[in-house]
Amino acid sequence: MQAIKTVHLTKKYKDITAVDSLDLTVEQGELFALLGVNGAGKTTTIKMLTCLTKSDSGNAFVNDNSIITDVAAVKSIIGVSPQETAVAPNLSVRENLELMCGVHGFTKEKRQAKTKELSEQFDLTAILSKRAGKLSGGWQRRLSIAMALISEPQILFLDEPTLGLDVLARSDLWDSIRALKGKITIILTTHYMEEAEALADRIGIMKDGKLLALGTSEEMKTKAGTDKFEDAFVAIVKGGKKT
Amino acid sequence: MRLLAFSGRTAKEILRDPLNLFFGLGFPLVLIGLLTAIQANIPVPMFELDHLTPGITVFGLSFMTLFAAVLISKDRESALLQRLYTTPLTASDFIFGYTLPILPIAVAQGVICYIAAALLGLKLTITVLYALLFIIPVALFYIALGLICGSVFNSKQVGGICGALLTNLSAWLSGIWFDVDLVGGVFKKVADVLPFIHAVELERAVFSADYSNILPHFWWVLGYTVVAVVGAVLLFLRQMKKQ
Repeated sequence: MQAIKTVHLTKKYKDITAVDSLDLTVEQGELFALLGVNGAGKTTTIKMLTCLTKSDSGNAFVNDNSIITDVAAVKSIIGVSPQETAVAPNLSVRENLELMCGVHGFTKEKRQAKTKELSEQFDLTAILSKRAGKLSGGWQRRLSIAMALISEPQILFLDEPTLGLDVLARSDLWDSIRALKGKITIILTTHYMEEAEALADRIGIMKDGKLLALGTSEEMKTKAGTDKFEDAFVAIVKGGKKT
Repeated sequence: MRLLAFSGRTAKEILRDPLNLFFGLGFPLVLIGLLTAIQANIPVPMFELDHLTPGITVFGLSFMTLFAAVLISKDRESALLQRLYTTPLTASDFIFGYTLPILPIAVAQGVICYIAAALLGLKLTITVLYALLFIIPVALFYIALGLICGSVFNSKQVGGICGALLTNLSAWLSGIWFDVDLVGGVFKKVADVLPFIHAVELERAVFSADYSNILPHFWWVLGYTVVAVVGAVLLFLRQMKKQ
């Protein structure tokens, strides 16, 4: 079953077409990476799929719910970790997790259970009483993803989850993301080649709002005739043609 | 439940910031103490506690604008709002969630100012309760201004506009520190059409049981409060759409 299906999805900002008639499908349980240089349209695509931005034309279906007509249904099955660190800085780690439980209307018992479960899953137990604003970038990102998972989403959107992190923090976060693979559908945007190659089942490369290439990293290397995925990416983006 | 979770977070973010506590509570108390000391040495009718304290309680509310505006602008910048927009929270949850927790903080600020004034010699009667009741529409006006500024400006701009400009406007054009009749001319005309002086005169009239003087000032305050609340709702919804 398809977790995501976009049909001629388009978004324009004045004269700029940020996303240009995007047709894309993502299967359930898949970890799909959207790759592209800055301004490629990755974040705008995510914003439309998460109902943060309205499309100008076309449609998209998230587990068969339209992002245009079934907004409440879409919001009830997704979790989002935005590009910037989206935590409440003066709240403790526990309070941040509980805030997300609260806004999803969980009972006290479920709130306690989910807080315990996610703090164990993301190794947050030791820092539960620490203020989120005092944590390092890596730990804030980890908390941010845990907050996105509170609602038990069927689809998780991770927008540039490792942006600005050092090598170790990135490696730790990759482990956390890998642990989620297969359990839920994950849509990841990144402009780190190695991240997409290491984590994703399939990769979509975007440029100027268009999907230039779609497939596994191996398929893209073969099609581009390169040994390295980074070279394949450069060849595809510079070529600017669909593969 | 959802509103409660979001409101709780708003209150915690504000009350846990030491700068907020200093400016919100400390500054009005310092002013009462300082001006009372001046009054003790050089008697000025303007600085008599029964005249000064209602004015200080209104001036203190300008910090509520700052609290609301800083919190909202930072939430926008950190993408916390973006994350929360993908949850089942509704627009009214956000607007009430930012507004309602600040109201009791505003009333508490008034209570503390009157307690401090009482310790310095102000004679308290039942009218202090009425004055605290009438502080609610005035506080609502200032909080709505905060929602407007937080929805329109970034946190740096908010610091300048709400922290410097509004507190100065609220101080100079309110008749707390000097009688605007003494300045006269355009200054007095401008002061008379703005809400600040009416808010102060309203509180003075209520506290001194000068009932005939309440309604003329109350209508000004109410009018400005309604306009500010409508403006706040419209501008907040606009920035929500822009996300």
